[in-house]
Amino acid sequence: MTDQYLLLPVLGHLTIAIALIFCWRRILVQQIISVAGNLLVLIMSIALFHKTWHQGHLTLQAGNWQAPFGITFVSDTFSATMLLLTAFTGLAVSMYSTVGISKNRIQYGYFPILHFLLVGLNGAFLAGDIFNLYVWFEVIIISSFVLMTLGGKKPQVEGGIKYVTLNLLASVMFLTAIAILYGLTGSLNMADLSLKMSGVSNRGLADIAGLLFFIGFGIKSAVFPLYFWLPSSYHTPPSAVAAVFGGLLTKVGIYALIRVYTLIFIPDDFTRTVFLIIASLTLLTGALGALIKENMRTLFSYLIVCHIGYLLGGLGLYTHLALAGTIFYLVHDVIVKTNLFLITGLVNKIRGTMNTEQQGGLYDQYPRLSILMAIVLFSLVGIPPLSGFWPKINLFRESMAYHAWYLLVAMILASFVTLFVIARLWGNVFWKKAPALESSPPDSFAGLSKGRKFMLVTPVVMLVLLSLYIGFFAERINVLSDRIAHELLDPAPYIKSVLGPDAVPATQTR
Amino acid sequence: MELLLLILIGVFYATGIFMMLRRSMVKLLIGIILLGNGANLLIFLLGGITRGKPPIIPEAEKALTGAYADPVPQALILTAIVISFGLQSFAIVLLKRVHVLIQSDDLNDLNTPDTSI
Repeated sequence: MTDQYLLLPVLGHLTIAIALIFCWRRILVQQIISVAGNLLVLIMSIALFHKTWHQGHLTLQAGNWQAPFGITFVSDTFSATMLLLTAFTGLAVSMYSTVGISKNRIQYGYFPILHFLLVGLNGAFLAGDIFNLYVWFEVIIISSFVLMTLGGKKPQVEGGIKYVTLNLLASVMFLTAIAILYGLTGSLNMADLSLKMSGVSNRGLADIAGLLFFIGFGIKSAVFPLYFWLPSSYHTPPSAVAAVFGGLLTKVGIYALIRVYTLIFIPDDFTRTVFLIIASLTLLTGALGALIKENMRTLFSYLIVCHIGYLLGGLGLYTHLALAGTIFYLVHDVIVKTNLFLITGLVNKIRGTMNTEQQGGLYDQYPRLSILMAIVLFSLVGIPPLSGFWPKINLFRESMAYHAWYLLVAMILASFVTLFVIARLWGNVFWKKAPALESSPPDSFAGLSKGRKFMLVTPVVMLVLLSLYIGFFAERINVLSDRIAHELLDPAPYIKSVLGPDAVPATQTR
Repeated sequence: MELLLLILIGVFYATGIFMMLRRSMVKLLIGIILLGNGANLLIFLLGGITRGKPPIIPEAEKALTGAYADPVPQALILTAIVISFGLQSFAIVLLKRVHVLIQSDDLNDLNTPDTSI
C-alpha cells in the first residue's frame, strides 16, 4: 500500500546534515543537533517498522510516476528491520562521537558527513529500483571516503587509497551489471525485473550479470578473494568511524546481495555451490587472519571478514530456515560489531595503545566496564544464552541437511577460532598484569569529566542491552527473521505491492 | 556503429584494468577513469541505438508510434558521469595528499597501515 511518510528516515537525516553544515564551526551545537536528530530518526524508524509489521509492504512512487516508470521506494520487513538497526547504530555512534572524535575532525565537518552516510544507508535499504540502489551506494561510498580520510594522518590516507580504489572498482562492476540487465529486460524496477527475468532467453548473459552483481557486492561486503582492502584500512580511522563501517558498510553489501539474489536472480545449483565454497573460504581465511594479529582493531577487522562467511553461507544454502538464520545473524552482527569497535575505542582511551601485548590489568582497574565488555565479546562468540548462538543452530542444521559438509566444518572451525581469539584477548587485555613499560601512555579516560564519561559509556550500554535482548528474547527475533525469510522466498506480495494486484500471473509460482 | 562502440568499450575496459594493475598511482587513477567511461558507453550501447527518432510525441498524435530512441540510458549515463566526476576529483586530491606524505608514486610504498601492527 502507498505510504507518503516512507522516506522520513532518509529526509530526516538529510535535513539534519544540511542543518549541521550551517553550524560549521560551532562544535557544541553540532553535537546537540546530531544526537537529538538521531534520536528523532530512531523514533521515525520505529514508527516505520511498526507500520510495516502491521500493514505489510509499504511503497512510495516518487513524483507519483507509476512503477515501473518512476523511482519506487519499498519498505518490507527486511528493509524496515535494517532501518531500525541503522538508527540504533547511528544513535550510538553519534553519542560516542561527541567525546570520541577530536575537535579538529568535528571542525572539518565530521558530523554532516556522518549524517550523509546515514542518508545513503537508509536510502539503500528502501530503494526499489536497481539504479537508485546504485546511486545510494555512491552516496554511501563518497561519505565513507571522507570519513575514512578525515584527519589526513599517514596510515589513514594510505589505507584510504586501498579502500577508495576497491570501492570504485566495485561500483564499476555494479554499473556494468546494471547495463547488461537493462539491455536484457529494458527495465530497472526490481519488482518488474523479477517478472521479466524469467522470460529472458539469453540465460548465459543473465548469469554473467548475476555474477557481476556478486563481484560488485562481494567487494563491498569483503568476501574471500576480495577482502584484502578491509583489514588494511579499517583500523586506521578513529574508533567511532570504524564502528559505523564495521557495523553497517559490509552489511549493506550483504543486504543488496540477498535482495538481488532472491528477487531478480534465483540461484541455480552452480551459483549456490559457488556461494557455499566462497563462504567456507571466507570463514577460514578470516579466522586464520584473526589468529595472528596483536592489534585489537586489525583482529576485529579479520573477524568481520570471517563472520561475513556465515551470512553468505546462509544465502548459498537458500532454504527457508537457512535464510532465517542469515537474517538473525545479520541482526546480531550489526549490533555486536558496532559495539566491538566502540569498546576498542574505550580501551584505547584508557591504555593509549591498540596492541594487546602491551595491555593488561583492565579488570583490576575498571571491573564494571570490563564486565560490560565481556558481554560484548562473548555475544560475538555465541556462548549460549547470548545473541551469537541462536542463528548458528539454523545454519548448522541446514548445512547438514544440504550435505554441505565443508561449510559445516568451516563454520565450526570459525566459531572455535573466534572463541580462541576472544579468550586470548580477554586474558591479555583484562586478566594479565599490566606489563611494566618504560613509558606507558597516560590514561586519558580517567581524567574525563562525569558527563563525558557518560557519553562514552552510554552507547556501549545501550548496544549491550540490545544484544542481551536479542539473546534472551531470541524467540521474538526468530519470529521476525522467519517472516523476513518467508517474504524473501515468495516475492509475489512484493511485486504486487509495487506494480499493482494484477501484476503477477496466476501461473507463475516459484 | 554498434561494432565500433563494442570495440571501443572493449578497449576501454582492457586498458582500464591494465592501468589499474600497474604500480604507479597516477596510472591507477587513469585506469579508474577509463573503466568508468567504458561502463557508461556500455549502458549507451545496451540501451539500443536509434538514430534520428527522438521520443517526442507529435502534436497531432496521442502516443508514440514506431521505433523511437530510449531516453532512459541517457539519463542513467548522465547520473553516472556526475557521480564518477565527484568520486574522481576526490581520488585525485587523495592521491596528491598521499604523494605529499610519502614522496613516492609507487603503490608498494603504501605499507604504513600494515607494518605498524
